[in-house]
Amino acid sequence: MLALALCAGCKHPTSSAPALKPTASGTAIVLVGGDKQLGSPGSRLSQPLQFQVNDNLGNAVTGAEVEITGPKGVIFDPAQVLTDENGQATFKVRLGGISGRYELTASSRDAHGKPFSLTVAEFAAGYQEQVGYEVNEKYCSRCHDQDSTVTQVSNYDNLAVKPHSFSNGDVYNKITASDLATIITHGGPAINRSALMPPYGWTLNKAETQAVIAYIRLVSDPPYVAPGVVYAKH
Amino acid sequence: MQTKKTGFLSSLKAIVCDPFTMFGVVSAILLLLLTVAPAKDYLSEWRGYQRQYLTFIQNRGDAVTLRRHFQGGINQIWIPQLDVVDRCQTCHVGVGEASLADVKQQPFRAHPPIPHKLTEFGCVICHRGQGAATTVNQAHHSDMTGEEPILPARYIESSCGQCHHEPLEGTPKLNQGRTLLSRYGCVNCHTITLPDGSTMQATDFPPPLTHIADKTTREWIYAWLKDPAAYSSTATMPNFMLSDSDASDISAFLMADSTPDPADRISSPAASKTPPADPTAGASLYGESFCASCHATQNEAGNLVGGTLGPELTNVGTKVKPAWLLAWMRDPKHYDPATRMPQYRWTDAQLNLLAAFLENKTDPDFVANVHLQPATKQQIAHGKELVMENGCASCHEIPGVPKPENFGPNLSRVGSKPLVQLIFLPGMEHSLPAYLSGKIRQPRAFGASLRMPKFNLSSAQVEAATTALLSLTDRSFSLPANLQVPSTPQSHYEPAGQAGQLMSSLNCLSCHSINGHGGTMAPDLSWEGSSVQRTWLESFLKNPNTLRPTLIRRMPKFNLTDAESTVLTDYIMTAYQTPSFVRDEMPLTGYSPALIEKGRELFYSRYACQSCHMVNPNVDKGYIGPTLTDVGARLNAAWIFHYLKDPQALRPGTIEPNQHLSDDDANALTAFLMAQKGGAGQGAKQ
Ligand code: HEC
Repeated sequence: MLALALCAGCKHPTSSAPALKPTASGTAIVLVGGDKQLGSPGSRLSQPLQFQVNDNLGNAVTGAEVEITGPKGVIFDPAQVLTDENGQATFKVRLGGISGRYELTASSRDAHGKPFSLTVAEFAAGYQEQVGYEVNEKYCSRCHDQDSTVTQVSNYDNLAVKPHSFSNGDVYNKITASDLATIITHGGPAINRSALMPPYGWTLNKAETQAVIAYIRLVSDPPYVAPGVVYAKH
Repeated sequence: MQTKKTGFLSSLKAIVCDPFTMFGVVSAILLLLLTVAPAKDYLSEWRGYQRQYLTFIQNRGDAVTLRRHFQGGINQIWIPQLDVVDRCQTCHVGVGEASLADVKQQPFRAHPPIPHKLTEFGCVICHRGQGAATTVNQAHHSDMTGEEPILPARYIESSCGQCHHEPLEGTPKLNQGRTLLSRYGCVNCHTITLPDGSTMQATDFPPPLTHIADKTTREWIYAWLKDPAAYSSTATMPNFMLSDSDASDISAFLMADSTPDPADRISSPAASKTPPADPTAGASLYGESFCASCHATQNEAGNLVGGTLGPELTNVGTKVKPAWLLAWMRDPKHYDPATRMPQYRWTDAQLNLLAAFLENKTDPDFVANVHLQPATKQQIAHGKELVMENGCASCHEIPGVPKPENFGPNLSRVGSKPLVQLIFLPGMEHSLPAYLSGKIRQPRAFGASLRMPKFNLSSAQVEAATTALLSLTDRSFSLPANLQVPSTPQSHYEPAGQAGQLMSSLNCLSCHSINGHGGTMAPDLSWEGSSVQRTWLESFLKNPNTLRPTLIRRMPKFNLTDAESTVLTDYIMTAYQTPSFVRDEMPLTGYSPALIEKGRELFYSRYACQSCHMVNPNVDKGYIGPTLTDVGARLNAAWIFHYLKDPQALRPGTIEPNQHLSDDDANALTAFLMAQKGGAGQGAKQ
C-alpha cells in the first residue's frame, strides 16, 4: 500500500511516456558524444548524450528503441526514444543531487529481443572538485590535455617529456595521494620525474592542491577506488 | 447459552466489585498506555534510520571506527550566535565520516569536503529546511509560514552567496548568475541592495536613443523591437512581446523624438560610392584592427566568432545608415559618450574600406516584411505612452522620457520570499526556485498586464540567474557582519591630464585595468611603468605586435601619431610604478658571460622554462607564456628579478608558477634573460 502510494507520488517519466513502437532493431550501440562531462550536482549537462544504433554491418539503424537508465536522482529527457534518420538517439541528462561519478546505460534489443547496451560515465563535481577543475583549467590543462580549443592552445606537443591526461586512471590510480601532492607541490624532480613539470607549492595553497587531486580522482577512468576500506555488498 | 451469559456477567461483576482484581486490570491498561510512548519513539523515523545505519556499516572494513563514533539519540548542532539548532545529523548519521565519502545511499553519505566546518555553521544556513524538526517531512518539505523547504542541490551555490560577494572558484553558477543580473540590465529596473549597503550595478550600457533616426531606420527598430534575438542571438535587449501596432507606434515615437546630430550627416569626402580596388582589403583591415576582440560575427558554419564587449556585427549593414557608420567609426564617443569602443585613428580611406566591408554584412530578410504606414499624431503619442509603460528609459536615454525610479520590485531579499506570497501557475512546482526561474523564463505567463520582458537566456543561464537571486536572503542581512566577505569596492580611477584624455578616447580601460578600474581582457597596467623599458613601450604603442602567438585577442593598432605615443609613454612610465622596488636598481646590460651562462643552464635544466617560453625560436617550442626572444629589450632587469621571485605579487592571478628561487638563481636567470635582445640566434646554444 505504502509503496504504491509513494510510487504514485513520484514522477516517473518512464512509466508515463507512451510506449514507443520500434520499427527496426540493431545489434550494437555506439557512443556519438556527450560522455565524461563535468556538471554540478542536480544540474543539466551542457551537452546532450548521443548514441547510435548500428546493425551487424555497422550501418546506422533508424527507428530502433533506445532506453537510458542511471542511478537514482538522474533525470532523462526523454528516457526512451526511437533512433532518428541518422540512427541516433539523443538524451538530455540532469545529474542527481550528490557529487561523484554517474554511470548511465543505454540499451536496446536486437531482432530476437536480446538486449545489448553501452555504459558511459558523467561526473558531478562537488565544491572541492569544482575548485580542482578551475585549478586544472587555469594551470594544468594546457600541458596535460592534448586537445586545443579556440581560446586555449595545447602545449602538449611542445613538451619533450609527455605528461598524462588526468582522466588516465591506469596511470593516476597507481599514484598515491601523497605522491600526487609531492609532485604538484615540488615539481617533477621531487619524485624523479622531469623538471618540465613545474612546482606549484608556492603558487597554489594546500586546499587548491587537495582540490586538484580530488578532481583527478573524480575524472579518472577506470574509476578510482580509495584503498584500505573493504566495502560490503548490499 | 443462558448459563454462559450469566457466567460472563457474574465474572465481570466479580472483577468490578473486587478491588484487587480491579486494580490489576487498570494497572495493566495503564502499563499498556505507558508503552505507547516508548514504542512510538522506538518506531520513530529517525531511530529507524539509526538502526539502518548500524546494519549498513556492520560489514564494512571501517565498522569498528564508525561504531565507536556512533551516538544514538537526537544529535544536534547548536550555535546560538547564528540562530542554528540543527538536528539533521540525527538521521544523516555519517555526515562527518570521511570514509563514507563515496557512499551513494542517503542519509548515510559523508558530506563532501567544503571550506567550512559543519560544527561552525550547521546545515540549514546552506541547505535551508527546518533544522529543529525530527521528521523528514517537516525538516525537508515544510512550506508553512516562516518555514522553508530544502534547497534543491542545483541551487546550492546560492547559499555561498549569502556571505561571499566576490566570485569564488568553487561557485561558477553563482558567479555566472550575478554577471547575468548585471549584464542583462536586470538591476536597471530592480534595485538589489547588498548587506554592506552597496547596490548591484549594471555592466551593460545600452545606447542613448537621442539621435536614433540618424543611426537606423524605423523598419529596423520595428523588427528589432518585435524580436531582438532574431537580429542577434546574444543581444541583451529583451523581448517585450509587443503587438504589431504597439511596435509600430513605439518605432514612430522614437523616430519622431530623435533629433538630428550634425556630425552624423557629414559623410566622408570620398564616400563609399566607388567600390574599393581590392575587395578583401576591408576584411583585412577589420582583422588587423582586431575588431573581433569585441565584436562577434557569424561564420559560414553558423557559429558566432568574436568577443561580446560590443554588439554582434553579422548583419550590421541592415541596421545602420552609411553616413552614421562613418561618423561613428571616426569618433564613437561623440554619439555615445559612455561607449567602450576606442577611437581608432583611421584615415578617410580606411574608414571607407571598413564601412564598405560592414555595409555588405546584411540580412535583407530581417526587415523584408516590414511595411509601416506613416504614423499619425495619436500613434506617436501612444508610442510615447508605451515607452513609459515598458520602462524603456530604465536602460536607454530617451529625450523627454525621464528614467523611472524603482520600475520593478526591489529584489534585495527575494531569496527569502515566503511561498504564501507567491502566485504559482497551474501545474507548477510550489517552490521558490521554480517560481523565480519561471518568472525569468516566461514572465508574461504570470499575467498579461505584467511588464517584465522576456530575455533570450538558455536554461543553464536561467538556472544561474535563479541561483544568484536565491542568494539574496533575509539571512544574508542577519548573519553576523564579520562573516560577510564583501566584493572589492568599485574603483572609479581615471587617468589624468593630457594622457588621460588620450586614454579615454582610446578607451584603454575597456580592456586593461588600472588601479582597480577597467576590463579584464588585457593585462593590468597599474605597474606597467616598472615593467617595461621606455623605448620598447613607445614603439609598441605605435605598432603593437603580439607577445603571445596563440592569442586571438590582441592589442589593436590605433594609428597613434608620434606625439600621442610619446605622451602616453611618458605618462605610463611615470605614473604606473610599483612601490615594491626601484625600477632602475639593476642595470639593463653589462652582466658577466659566466653569469649569463649559469642563467642559461638554470633556464633549460633546473627550471625547464622552455616548456612554456621561447628564447630561441629554432629550438624552443613552449608557447603558453610570452615569447622571450627580445625580453632583454622589453623588460627592466629589476622587474624580471622580482617577478621571478614572486610572480603573483607583481601580476596577481598570473599562471607563471612561483618556483621559490634563491636570489642567486633569480639573478643568473635575470642576466640570461637580459641578454636576449632580439635578432637571430641569440638564445640557446644549439
Ligand atoms: C609546463 C607544462 C606542465 C604544466 C603547466 C603542468 N604539468 Fe604536470 N607534468 C608535466 C610533465 C611534462 C609531466 C611528466 C613528467 C615526467 O613524467 O617526467 C607532468 C607530470 C605530472 C604528474 C605525474 C603524473 C604524470 O602525468 O606523469 C602530475 C600528478 C602532474 N603533472 C600534475 C600537474 C598539476 C596538478 C598541474 C597544474 C597545477 C600540472 N601538472 C601542470 C608538465 C606540466
